[in-house]
Amino acid sequence: MKVKVLSRNPDDYVRETKLDIQRVPRNYDPSLHPFEVTREYTRALNATKLERVFAKPFLASLDGHRDGVNCMAKHPKSLSTILSGSCDGELKLWNLTKRECVRTLQAHEGFVRGVVVRFCGSSFFTIGDDKNIKQWKMETPGYGEEEEPINTILGKSVFTSIDHHHKDAVFVTSGQQVDIWDEQRTSPIRSFSWGVDSINCVRFNPVEVVNPLSGLSYPRFETQIFFKVIMTMRSNTLCWNPMEAYHFTCCNEDYNLYTYDMRYLDKPYTVHMDHVSAVLDVDYSPTGQEFVSASFDKSIRIFPKDGGHSREVYHTKRMQHVICIKWSSDNKYILSGSDEMNIRLWKANAAEKLGMLAPREKAAVNYNQKLKEKFQHHPQIRRIARHRHLPKAVYSQVKEIRIMKEARSRKERNVRKHAKPGSMPVVTEKEKHVVTVVK
Amino acid sequence: MKSKFLDIKLMIKTPLNYSECSDDERKHCRLLEAISSLGGKTRKKLTERSEASIQVSEFTVNAEGEGDKINLSDLIGTLDKAPTALTATKKQLKNLEHNHTALDTPLTRKETEQIQRVVAFEKTSKEVSRWQSVVVQNQKAEQLVFPLNQEPSGPKRMEHVVSGWKAQTPLEQEIFNLLHVNQQPLHNPVLTQNEEATMKAMSLEEAKIRRAELQKVRALQSYYEAKARREKKIKSKTYHRVQKKVMRKEYLKRFDEMVKTDPAAALEELKKMELSRMKERMSLKHQNSGKWARSKAIMAKYDDGARKAMQQQLEVNKDLTMKLVIPTNEEDEDEVAEALPDFVNDAEPILDPINPWMRGKLSTEPAAQEESNCLVPPAAGPGDVKAGDGPDLLREEEEQVEETEEEAILRGFEERRKLRRAKDAVEVAPVVMEESEGKVKQLITTIHSRMNCQHARERADPCVSQGEGPALLEEGLVRVRTLEDMELLGQDVSACEPAPQTTQTLSTEQTEPQSATKQADGKRKRKKMIDPNEVLTKEAKVIKVPFAPTAVEDVEDTDEQRFIIKEAFAGDDVISDFLKDKKKQESAGMPKVVDLTLPGWGEWGGGGLQPSRSKRKRFRIKVAPPPPRKDQKLLNVILSEKRNSSVAAHQVTYQVMFPFTNPAQFERTIRAPVGHTWNTGNAVQKITAPKIVTQLGAIIEPISREELVKGENQAVTGKSNLRSDQGPQQKRRSQQKKKHKHKKN
Repeated sequence: MKVKVLSRNPDDYVRETKLDIQRVPRNYDPSLHPFEVTREYTRALNATKLERVFAKPFLASLDGHRDGVNCMAKHPKSLSTILSGSCDGELKLWNLTKRECVRTLQAHEGFVRGVVVRFCGSSFFTIGDDKNIKQWKMETPGYGEEEEPINTILGKSVFTSIDHHHKDAVFVTSGQQVDIWDEQRTSPIRSFSWGVDSINCVRFNPVEVVNPLSGLSYPRFETQIFFKVIMTMRSNTLCWNPMEAYHFTCCNEDYNLYTYDMRYLDKPYTVHMDHVSAVLDVDYSPTGQEFVSASFDKSIRIFPKDGGHSREVYHTKRMQHVICIKWSSDNKYILSGSDEMNIRLWKANAAEKLGMLAPREKAAVNYNQKLKEKFQHHPQIRRIARHRHLPKAVYSQVKEIRIMKEARSRKERNVRKHAKPGSMPVVTEKEKHVVTVVK
Repeated sequence: MKSKFLDIKLMIKTPLNYSECSDDERKHCRLLEAISSLGGKTRKKLTERSEASIQVSEFTVNAEGEGDKINLSDLIGTLDKAPTALTATKKQLKNLEHNHTALDTPLTRKETEQIQRVVAFEKTSKEVSRWQSVVVQNQKAEQLVFPLNQEPSGPKRMEHVVSGWKAQTPLEQEIFNLLHVNQQPLHNPVLTQNEEATMKAMSLEEAKIRRAELQKVRALQSYYEAKARREKKIKSKTYHRVQKKVMRKEYLKRFDEMVKTDPAAALEELKKMELSRMKERMSLKHQNSGKWARSKAIMAKYDDGARKAMQQQLEVNKDLTMKLVIPTNEEDEDEVAEALPDFVNDAEPILDPINPWMRGKLSTEPAAQEESNCLVPPAAGPGDVKAGDGPDLLREEEEQVEETEEEAILRGFEERRKLRRAKDAVEVAPVVMEESEGKVKQLITTIHSRMNCQHARERADPCVSQGEGPALLEEGLVRVRTLEDMELLGQDVSACEPAPQTTQTLSTEQTEPQSATKQADGKRKRKKMIDPNEVLTKEAKVIKVPFAPTAVEDVEDTDEQRFIIKEAFAGDDVISDFLKDKKKQESAGMPKVVDLTLPGWGEWGGGGLQPSRSKRKRFRIKVAPPPPRKDQKLLNVILSEKRNSSVAAHQVTYQVMFPFTNPAQFERTIRAPVGHTWNTGNAVQKITAPKIVTQLGAIIEPISREELVKGENQAVTGKSNLRSDQGPQQKRRSQQKKKHKHKKN
């Protein structure tokens, strides 16, 4: 007689090592789990709530400057180093891990208009209101040595911005004209100007940079020269997308940011609005997916690269007009320099847990993220995920601007209603802000 | 001498910028010219820059010396010493001088610059456009890992570190010789030359596809073998008989085809058949003389099945012993007609209400089941049918000897019909679920009225397109710090936003057309407040069928239609139908008594034994009656109690969210669970993989040109570019390969 005996394969229920999780046999048959959606919805709701509870983006403030912070620069090789120049001509090097100033030097008389670190990280350039370009060593001078620049170039006019090539010993400045400099020479190797306009900001495209010495490549630096886009208001700064060679974003005095495709400059690719005052600075995340903007309205906003509205707004009680902003090269932090002499360190994702995560922690984070994404359209979840606190001044201004916009659009609608059909073409938001494109 | 001296002086004195010359200086220049002209020979006057500078003002260029012409031959005047060689060139130059085709004056600086700019713009934009493919690729990628060009971790091979390495010691040389001779890999130990060749010959994707195909073929083969083995093992004679019959039929069919396609082979077959027939005739095997046949003959008096079997055998006998006639085409057609009886195409065979067996066979769905059918999860419907297809069918065939082929065909049709019905059920299911369960499960409404849509648009920011809607932050003065705050926030929504709720009601009405129309009807009736007796006479006529598509048609048509409808519904008792409906709904809403008695628990159990009365009394739990229905006192109204207003706050009110194109898509994604409670570990990992992965503490450089080259290569070969397709190992390999290529170059 054959006797049937219960037999189980130990592989099915015994874990391989002691550190593994206990194996739980499950039946994944969907008919046995009628409430899966409901349960996941609740989980998503909880995840969203927890995200908001843990959203504490502010990490540290670096104080030490004696005037407003006017410019900042990232170190290309070291994540923990940043440089900042203030309005009194002082330049400071900071160690972010220790949150302290490492070195202070009086770089210029008057404003430090721009700082840029050479691609190798061994030296940096500063420009100031005293019409000087100075090159400094990154290392702190030894005991008894004087704090002196390696090079000083006396310019003819005031420089407004500076940027260094990402691979060659070439840098570019803007002012009354755009100058391209070889590091070894005291006069610009090329300079460009167009009419009498002074140029506000000049940036190398980090992706597509050909040596400017070879041939006609200057248009690659700045749109205003290559193709003048005249907008209703002044553009303050621009930043190239580091992952997409032809997209750049410029921040404007009219509270908006505009992302352009450099091939089609006749209208912006996306208009990003949410700020309630002039936008002063913008910087892309190194992944090229988002960018952060600093505004005169004392707030920082993070925009997705193709989203019209911000996904995040940062502010603190004491932060005044934010003048400069940088996104750290490891995509984790944001640095903002503001009028009230402080540099602030923020998390790029407000609710993110910093430091190493255990694998299970990581899995949980991923799962929660996925849930939030899955249920993002549900009203409760959306409401909680999108709720942000705003200072009263900004809040009321937001409201005011909304009312103004509505009124304007209503008026336009009414006028159009009474105009001859076809006589008033509909102008889209994108087209509205570009006056002309000059070739 | 004098003039030379003066010239030198002039050179020295000329300032950088003529534009800054004062009038005095100009006069002085003129004076100098006058003096120089005194010295007999006329000299070419050239303005020169005295100082090197990048910027040359356009105002420095003056028109001095314009009148003087220089002969081209003057230019080679200094080469007088070799006159023989120069005569030819002089001639040429003279010829050139005779040509009076003057060049156009150059464009102004502004114009030239503009042209240059435009050309440069076109050039650069073309160049930049090369990135398009890479950019699009990255946008589509399921996962991006930053930094993009990660070096493989771990120790590197010596060849990578030291560029000019060569085998030097005799031992090394010997080893390398050996490797060379055997065509073993020198640098990359992973792949041999042959392997690399195969890799080149077939891409990974192709190989995968091919492997999958082979696997499938192998699996099919094994299934087939297993099936054959199983069938061989079956001892049942009846089964084999049935099988044989099927085979014979198939054989005949094949033969028919063969007659058409290959007459020679058919003739051969025919001979064989003839032979077998002759054998049969000689053996008298199928006569009614066998043991089995005799027993059946006895049974035939009492048993229907036996009689049938006997008849069948007789038929077979007749078939076999008959003289064979080659079937013609006409007969074929007849056969087909026989194979498909007419009533198969009928919507539903009229069932014999008395004979339950008949019903069991031909229609599997009793009327009672129809209602519950809707509540069965949609996936289960087709699955059940499929399960019935396979082994069950075999078993049935074994058991039911008397089942004829016709019945089998019929069953096939039946199953197909069932499948069709199941599909319908799938379509109906989501709606019904919503109706019946009223839970958060179905959170999206399928259809929206146009009005709703407009409303939503008006609420949104006027300058923002709908796609951007969800991205908007809701900024307020309230700081949310704890979970309790969050709850309050939620309450706020439901309290201050009545608009979505109303839209919700609208949408639910549309998703549940039946109940909604009933409600609407009810409301209409309530407004009129008509006496039921009056309704009895009038309502039956005026009943406006809400689904009637004829409402749009012409007036005459509608009149006719109405007349027809009137006629059609003349005998209908609408009122009683309605009341019945209402009663049914009421009874459905009443709680049922829960019976928790366990037979055999604490007393004897078994067939025919009932649990004791006291026990039954004790374990039958009566549920408290629900609150009175809202339509209790309203005679002509049915108010649905299924809608749960507390759920409305959790339901999605938008018509279509951005990445989705239709609500069904959205529903599907919502229905698919993500968590590990419902999925295997690997699946969860795959589903929840984040879109962007960054390494802690790694500096992310801007995208480099190498990526562009990579992207272009991929675009040329037409491989899929998703990063997720490429495992880390493969990536590493490709990188290594690239390095080798560089080295070879």
